[in-house]
Amino acid sequence: MSKINQIEGKAVPVEGNDIDTDRIIPARYLKEITFTNMGKYPFYDERFDAEGKPKGHPFDLPQFQGAHLLFVNQNFGCGSSREHAPQSLMRWGVRAIIGESFAEIFAGNCTMLGIPTATVSQAEMKKLQEMVKANPNTHFTLDLDKKTLLADGKEHLKFDIHESKRNALVNGTWDTTGILLANAGKTAEVAKKLPYVSGF
Amino acid sequence: MAKGTLYNKVWDAHVVEKLPTGQYQLFIGLHLIHEVTSPQAFDMIAEKGLKVAYPSRTFATVDHIVPTKSQTRPFQDSEAEQMMEAIEKNVKNFGVSFFDFKSGKQGIVHIVGPENGLTQPGMTIACGDSHTSTHGAFGTLAFGIGTTQVRDVLATQCLSMDTLKVRRVNVNGKLKPGVTAKDVTLYIIQKLGVKGGIGYAYEYGGDVFDAMTMEERMTVCNMAIEGGARIGYVNPDQTTFDYIKGRPYAPAGDKWDKALAYWKSVASDKNAEYNDVVNFKAEDIEPIVTWGITPDQSVGVNDKLPEVSSFSADEVKTVELAYKHMELKPGQSIKGTPINVAFIGSCTNGRISDLREAAKVAKGRKVSKTVRAFIVPGSQQVKAQAEKEGLDKIFTEAGFEWREAGCSMCLAMNPDKLQGNEISASSSNRNFIGRQGSKTGRTMLMSPAMVAAAAIEGKVADIREVLK
Repeated sequence: MSKINQIEGKAVPVEGNDIDTDRIIPARYLKEITFTNMGKYPFYDERFDAEGKPKGHPFDLPQFQGAHLLFVNQNFGCGSSREHAPQSLMRWGVRAIIGESFAEIFAGNCTMLGIPTATVSQAEMKKLQEMVKANPNTHFTLDLDKKTLLADGKEHLKFDIHESKRNALVNGTWDTTGILLANAGKTAEVAKKLPYVSGF
Repeated sequence: MAKGTLYNKVWDAHVVEKLPTGQYQLFIGLHLIHEVTSPQAFDMIAEKGLKVAYPSRTFATVDHIVPTKSQTRPFQDSEAEQMMEAIEKNVKNFGVSFFDFKSGKQGIVHIVGPENGLTQPGMTIACGDSHTSTHGAFGTLAFGIGTTQVRDVLATQCLSMDTLKVRRVNVNGKLKPGVTAKDVTLYIIQKLGVKGGIGYAYEYGGDVFDAMTMEERMTVCNMAIEGGARIGYVNPDQTTFDYIKGRPYAPAGDKWDKALAYWKSVASDKNAEYNDVVNFKAEDIEPIVTWGITPDQSVGVNDKLPEVSSFSADEVKTVELAYKHMELKPGQSIKGTPINVAFIGSCTNGRISDLREAAKVAKGRKVSKTVRAFIVPGSQQVKAQAEKEGLDKIFTEAGFEWREAGCSMCLAMNPDKLQGNEISASSSNRNFIGRQGSKTGRTMLMSPAMVAAAAIEGKVADIREVLK
C-alpha cells in the first residue's frame, strides 16, 4: 500500500458551511452497484441545470480543471455516510481536502481512500479560497510529514490533521483490512469473552 | 477521555488492539447490511478471496431502493432490480441471514434490528448508514460507516476507530402536551447545532429520556448524527429490558438473567466523568418545524422565522441559501405555510407508535385536497401490526395512501419523490437540498403527528390546536 506524504497540484475552492453528502452526490447515483462512474457526478445538481448545461460551479470552470486539492469550509461532508461522496470527489481528481472542519463519517471514509482531510482556521481558509480564486494556477504542496501547506514552493501555513489519520497515510497503512485480519486470533479471543457473542 | 460511562465500558470490552496508527481495532458485535452500501464491499472481499468472518453476526435486509406501491419483482426500475439481485446473490454466496420480502421481516434496517431483538445493550453495532446511531437507544455503540469500512467488518468483524469524547445531554422536567421525542431531538440539534457534536458521543439522560418508550428513544438517537455526533445512546434500564424480552433473537430461559447482568453492568456509573455536560428544560420545548436546509434551522411552531442578522457572520451564507431555496422570508410565521406533500415514515418515525400518533390525528378527518399524503410503515412487521389495529383503514379513509415498508421519500431512491419545487411536511430526518428527490424540492421536518396535522390542514399547523 502506498505511503502518502505529499500531495501537490492546483486547488479548487467550494465555499459554504454544512455541505452535505446529498449535495456532493445526489442519492439517485447510489443505485449503481460499482463506484466506477462516480467521477461524473460530484455536486451534480449544483453544477448543471435542467438541460444539463453547466451553471458555473468551480468544478466546471476552466481555471480549476486538473486541481488535486479541494478547499472547503465548516462541517464538510455532513449527513449520509455514503462513501460515494469521497469516491466521486476522488474520481474527479481530488487527492486532498483542506477545510475548517469535517463531518466524522466523511473524514473516516476519506482516510480509507487515502485522501487526507486537513484543517485550518476560518481566517486561514478565507485567505486560501481568495488566493486560489485570484491565482488559480498557484501550485500547492500539502506536506503531511511537516504538516505544512506550501504555495508555489514557499511555506504558507501549518495545518492540523487527526494524528491517527496522518499516521495511517504517511506510513501507508490506510487500507486497513490486512492490518485488522492479522489480528484475527486476538479478535476471536475478544469475541469469546463477550457474553452476548458466546450466547450468555 | 471520559471515565465510567457506558461509552468507556462498551468500548473497552470490544478493543482488540491499539494499532500502530493510534487508532483502535474494535470488535463489532452486530453488522447490519442493506442493498445500497454493500455491493461494492462484497466485491472487494471477493476480489481478495476473503469470506465473511462472522456470518452469524451479520444480518441483511432491503430498504433504500424498494418501491412502496408494490414489492412485486422484477422492479420496474432496472437499476433497483440489479441492486436487489446483487444483495440476493451476496447473502447467498457469503452465508448471511437475509430479511427479504418473503420473510415477513423486511424493513428499514434500523427498525428491523430492534424489533427482532438483534439490538441489545452493551453491543457494538455497525451499518453502512449514518442513522445506525438509532440503535444507541438500547445502550449500544452504533456506528454509521462507509462502504470500505463495510468491507473491513465483513472480512474481519472489526473496524479501525478513533476514540470519541462523551457529552452528557440532560433534559429534565416534563414535556408539555403535544411535544414528542422528535421535538426533543430537533430542539437539541437547534441548540447545539449541526456541527456541535463533531468528535462526541452523546449520552442522553434525565427525566425526559427516563420516561420515554424505546421507540421514542430510538427517534432521539436516530438524529444524533444530524447534530454531528456519530453516535448517541441512552443507558439501558427496565424499559429497555421489557422491550427486548420475548423478541425472536432475545436471550430466553436461564440465559435471560445472565444477559440482564451484562446489560445492567454497562450502564454509566453514577459518578461517571464526562468531557462535557449540557442541560435543557423539558418545559422550554415546543412542537418544532424546520424551515431551512440543515436540521438545526428550526423554530417552534408558533415562532416567526429568524432574521438573517441574528446569525453569526460565518452562518449568514448558509442562512441566505436556506431562505432562497425554501422560498421563505425572515419574520414570517412557519405556521400556515402551505404544503404539497405529507410523508410519514423513515427510520426516525416509521414505527408503530408513530403511526398510532398520526392515526389519532387522521381519525375522522380528511386530508386537504391540495395535499398528496402517504404513510410508509418502517417494516413489514410494523405494517402488519398497524393493519391488525385498523390504522390502515383510518389512514385510507382520511385520504392518506397506505404503502409497503421501506425508506421511501426520506431519501427518494425509490419512485417516491417530490416534483419540482413541491414542499413537504416530513417525519424524516434531513431537510438537505435535493434530499427528497427534486433539486428544487423543499422539506420541513416535524413529528409524525404534526405531519398528519399539516396534511389535514393543508398547511403547517399546531398539533395542539388541531386536536382541540
